[in-house]
Amino acid sequence: MNVLEELRSLLRLYGQQFKTTFATMVQYRASLFIWMIAQVLEPLVYLIVWSTVSNGSGGSVGGYTAQGFAGYYLALMLVNQVTYTWVMYEYEYRVRQGGLSFALLKPVHPIHSDISDNLSSKLVTMPILLVVTVILAFIFHPTAPLTLWAVLAFIPALILAFLVRFLLEWTLALAAFWTTRVAAINQVYFILMLFLAGQIAPLTLFPQWIQVLADILPFRWMLGFPVELVLGRLTQVQAFEGLAIQAAWVILALVLVRLVWRAGVRVYSAVGA
Amino acid sequence: MNTLRLMAVFFRISVLNETAYRVNFFLQLLQSLLELGTALAGLAVIFSYTNNLGGWSPNEMLALVGVYFLVGGIISLVIQPGMSALIDSVRDGTLDFTLTKPENAQLLVSIQRVAIWSLLDLLMGIGVLVTALVRLGQTIGVAEAAGFIGMLLAGGVIVYSFWLILASLSFWFVRVENLLEIFQSMYQAGRWPVSLYPGWLRFALTFIVPVAFATSVPAEALTGRLGGPTLLGALGLAILLSAVARLVWRLGLRHYSGASA
Repeated sequence: MNVLEELRSLLRLYGQQFKTTFATMVQYRASLFIWMIAQVLEPLVYLIVWSTVSNGSGGSVGGYTAQGFAGYYLALMLVNQVTYTWVMYEYEYRVRQGGLSFALLKPVHPIHSDISDNLSSKLVTMPILLVVTVILAFIFHPTAPLTLWAVLAFIPALILAFLVRFLLEWTLALAAFWTTRVAAINQVYFILMLFLAGQIAPLTLFPQWIQVLADILPFRWMLGFPVELVLGRLTQVQAFEGLAIQAAWVILALVLVRLVWRAGVRVYSAVGA
Repeated sequence: MNTLRLMAVFFRISVLNETAYRVNFFLQLLQSLLELGTALAGLAVIFSYTNNLGGWSPNEMLALVGVYFLVGGIISLVIQPGMSALIDSVRDGTLDFTLTKPENAQLLVSIQRVAIWSLLDLLMGIGVLVTALVRLGQTIGVAEAAGFIGMLLAGGVIVYSFWLILASLSFWFVRVENLLEIFQSMYQAGRWPVSLYPGWLRFALTFIVPVAFATSVPAEALTGRLGGPTLLGALGLAILLSAVARLVWRLGLRHYSGASA
């Protein structure tokens, strides 16, 4: 099969997955609503907390005014929406209940249906979240010095961030092959994300050593970097360095996915599912 | 007295059940410690830039975190497991077995499940709270302490009643688990004083999903921020909600037809 044909069949698969996912989401409207609350409330709470700190300390903290924090957290909310995944919750279930066996029978790598499911459901939820963002923007008056080059560079940064996060979280989800107690692993991961991706506070507000750590580890490149970029808080050099680091993480993550997947599937069949 | 005896029995059964899975204890311990560590580290970051958050000092915020873990522990210890089990048993018809017992059914369903490892959260909350109290020292008088205990009890009753009302809706509707999830996901907002939030959010957290009464109000009482009207209001709401919950529960029971009836 040539590359073009292969691509076409993948596109068909993605199209089909969109229909399936859409039908499922219409069925589970209530879950969708609850998901929205969690997705919006967390950045909203930090937005409010940091705005309070900013207003209480002469109008600015670490270069962020209350409106600056509003801009930061609304952008973070949107970038998080684009990049986040839920495969870690699903894999434990799939491995334990044996649902994965069906996916293994299909002639395409199971990661494809996960990617298309992820993108499809975001196509549905994104408009809702954009409306919420506009409403919150009216309430909190975010400001950000937008520049054309930063907005243009934001597009590849966002795509790369999605790829790094998806591939790494998919790899982490495969931990379910070796242990049924993945909750603790996931929790550690989320805490690292909270501090090192810029969720609890913009990374520039942390001590130097944490910022260095955040540069070395992948978390910032999955979330914080695109946010800082689009808000105009990075120089052009920093932006290009960041994009290069993101690209390097994508390659590394691709290698990781392959290695861990192969080892994991072997363990899975060995259990006798 | 009978209530206490029943509680002890259910607690003992849960302990017997859970001690078969001892690894869970260590995992839960790890997860609770991580969660507490995260909360404290978050406070450390914020207080490295300011010495008061909307008027709350670091030690007062520590007290709030303590209350947050304490009440969160109580919710996941008995309220959440019991109410989930109630919803399941209404759907499956196994509530019949509870109703045939010669005890108050509302009490039985409320204490039927105890997730004992959540005691860790509860104990940790108390530990943090005590630490905060020691540091706050003499600023806390008898009035504050009494107000705190009163508000903690009122908050507990309000949260319990709220959950019972939602869970009782399962007598009429099949899928209500989602409603319970809403409380769980909004509870995280209770880690901060509600006075920080803009009016509409404060209103939602007070009157739509009563998270504020669970964490913020007791902490406000402890730190001497609570006026008489709020205090009386909270007590009034606790009494009102528990009466409403009882009513909804009774109406629901009347509507319940069992598994095969």
